[in-house]
Amino acid sequence: MKKYRYSITTLLVLALVVASCGDQNGKASSNGALSSSAAEKVYVAPGEQDEFYAFLSGGYSGNLTVYGLPSGRMFKEIPVFSQFPTSGYGYSEETKPMLNTSYGFVPWDDLHHPDISQTNGELDGRWIFVNGNNTPRIGRVNLSTFETEEIIEIPNSAGNHSSSFITENTEYVVAGTRFSVPVPQRDMPINEYKGNFKGALTFISVEPEHGRLDIKFQLLMPGFNYDLSHPGRGESHGWFFFTTYNTEEANSLMEVNSSQNDKDFIAAINWKKIEEYVNGGGGTKIPANYAHNVYDETTHTGTSTMNKEVLTVDPTKVPGAVFFLPTPKSPHGCDVDPSGQYIIGNGKLSADLTIHSFDKMLAAIEEKKFDGEAYGIPILKFEDVLAGTVKSGGLGPLHTEFDAKGNAYTTFFISSEVVKWKLGTWEVIDRKPTFYSVGHLMIPGGNSRKPFGKYVVAMNKITKDRYLPTGPEMEHSAQIYDISGEKMELIYDFPTHGEPHYAAGCPAELLAPKSKKIYRLNENKHRYAVTNPGEARVERDGNEVHIYMSTIRSHFTPDNIEGVKVGDKVYFHITNHEQDFDVPHGFSIIGQNTSELLVMPGQTKTSVWEPKQVGVWPFYCTDFCSALHQEMQGYVRVSPANSNIDLSWSLGE
Amino acid sequence: MKTAFRSLVMILAIAMISCGGKEEKKEGFSVDRAKSTEKPTEAPEAANEVPASQRVTLDEKGVGQIKEITLDPEIDAEMAAAGEALFKTNCNACHKIDKRFIGPSPKGILERRSPEWIMNMILDPQLMVEEDRCAKDLLIEFNGAAMANQNLTVEETRSILEYFRTL
Repeated sequence: MKKYRYSITTLLVLALVVASCGDQNGKASSNGALSSSAAEKVYVAPGEQDEFYAFLSGGYSGNLTVYGLPSGRMFKEIPVFSQFPTSGYGYSEETKPMLNTSYGFVPWDDLHHPDISQTNGELDGRWIFVNGNNTPRIGRVNLSTFETEEIIEIPNSAGNHSSSFITENTEYVVAGTRFSVPVPQRDMPINEYKGNFKGALTFISVEPEHGRLDIKFQLLMPGFNYDLSHPGRGESHGWFFFTTYNTEEANSLMEVNSSQNDKDFIAAINWKKIEEYVNGGGGTKIPANYAHNVYDETTHTGTSTMNKEVLTVDPTKVPGAVFFLPTPKSPHGCDVDPSGQYIIGNGKLSADLTIHSFDKMLAAIEEKKFDGEAYGIPILKFEDVLAGTVKSGGLGPLHTEFDAKGNAYTTFFISSEVVKWKLGTWEVIDRKPTFYSVGHLMIPGGNSRKPFGKYVVAMNKITKDRYLPTGPEMEHSAQIYDISGEKMELIYDFPTHGEPHYAAGCPAELLAPKSKKIYRLNENKHRYAVTNPGEARVERDGNEVHIYMSTIRSHFTPDNIEGVKVGDKVYFHITNHEQDFDVPHGFSIIGQNTSELLVMPGQTKTSVWEPKQVGVWPFYCTDFCSALHQEMQGYVRVSPANSNIDLSWSLGE
Repeated sequence: MKTAFRSLVMILAIAMISCGGKEEKKEGFSVDRAKSTEKPTEAPEAANEVPASQRVTLDEKGVGQIKEITLDPEIDAEMAAAGEALFKTNCNACHKIDKRFIGPSPKGILERRSPEWIMNMILDPQLMVEEDRCAKDLLIEFNGAAMANQNLTVEETRSILEYFRTL
């Protein structure tokens, strides 16, 4: 305690010193260490708002979290691949179909790489795409409702990791497999992997108006591990680049056996060429089985459709479309600079970064300077495509993002640091430690043609002593660095939820003005909506009971229901009649085997309840909605299965 | 003693079970308490002994964007019908025509409130409760059940007003 008091005093003194020499407009200058206060840079005063949105993946939480920068405050968790009792996502009847797959209902996934939609290579803020790694899926989140609108399963994929990156006009969202598998799946010996397994790289078209997803084609590549990817942009628009490892095609003791080759590849895919080939009737349709789940904002309901066919493309059938660029060593991140000229291979088992030149690659292809081939795919000569090497002295480079001033920022996992270097000269400008073992980093717009290079967020894998301990399990730590000057400055440290594997950020003004406040009740097309409390009612259909219920501060209509029997399946269809911003109502009933519902203004959600005991059972609103919130409750009378009590319902009678 | 108590509980329990599905109608307990609807918990100002719901404040226009409107002597039937539809969807959960419910009945409201006051109350109830004396007293009279802002447009609100004229 004494120690804390001492440090607080020190801080106060420091704060006074800093305040007294700071300038008057609140913006710190870069003259001298004391004139720039880290606290001042991240402090967003009460009532004020952040400058940037940041969307951090939740990793094994299966969801996406929304933060503000520079404050590091968390605003929302958006459920995508995991059930979320807070809102009823994946529990309500309307959202259960969103988690349907060819394996049945899969209520969890491992969400890795958010990417915001782009137009002409610049963030446009319509949607954010995310990938489910475990049961391969791509999700699309609407950035006006901040809700998951669509999930498409990816057949023939396994460990959907080099995903969900978009092309520069959001023509495609791309999903590459990390684990190669037999395609189609079949019963075969594991040790016959080599030469037989395939790595599917899937190009999913995005319909420009509503964002609807549709698998355009799957490129069936050799059985390597496709780790990460990024699109070409600007001059390299039309190409897509994937890092590979395990070009050894090992199937066991991978940490040794996949690390034998001194170089693996970056696969360069000319997707425009393949698109032409496919549009001209090329490719082979093969049987498949994958779910396509769509949530409709007006019916407030998700539907799941099973698709039975997918178009595959053999890369050797499209000459000039696919090449391998040798890259040391087991490269992880595959990043393309804002101009589209440089393709960065973050060789995680190498000390150096390898930068390939797009122009050199085109020239080498033109001159057919190949260094052999792999399963019919030409391998370019390393020296012919190499633009440069960053010799940083760090260990374990993983990911690189960019600012708008020609600088790149790379994380080094093993040496726990962010290294700033210059594109073109490859010189290291600065390096700062992270705490600890940094994975990915993010600069808002840092993987687009127009980065907003003010902050970099480093997402770490290990927390240890950064926060008060909370037992063996802790949230991961993240650090914010101010990168507006020549040297990076660590300005903040905040915990994140789940395990962020990547993030996407954008200026607040891109999203805040169009963020939806309410759903209009008169646009509600839900099958069981009641848009008028006069229509609230209870109907029986065999042993199914449908309760059409409405809510407004602070009562349910109806709130007394009789005639329900043990053995019934009771559907509560709750329509929130509020039309005011931030007035949701909740619904829960004793013994409910699902979660509560949180119903937004104008929305309808449904919860199923199967009463097992005779009695009079209360339900109530779970969201403190008004001064009379505690009064927002009701009762359901449950009679024995053989009772002849008629259905009846009322409010205030 | 313990056994005696246990038996008593048992007997009571059996007695309760034997009552069966049809509960004997019991009177609730009674204590000499005023019903809040009869006597507002917070006494209005001395000058305003009349409950807010019965007060006539025709000269007050309330607070908000509606400053002055003139009503045509003829009721616009089409507009009133549109207003009725909106009322059923947006207001009916709390306001019934034939009785006092969560909030007051709109019947006869034009004899007590000005058209401007009514529209301002619908358009921004929160502002009204903060700044208009009558709106504030109504909130207290109606148990603190704050009127919900239904985000209606001026035109929609005007049609609800027209509907009120028909009641």
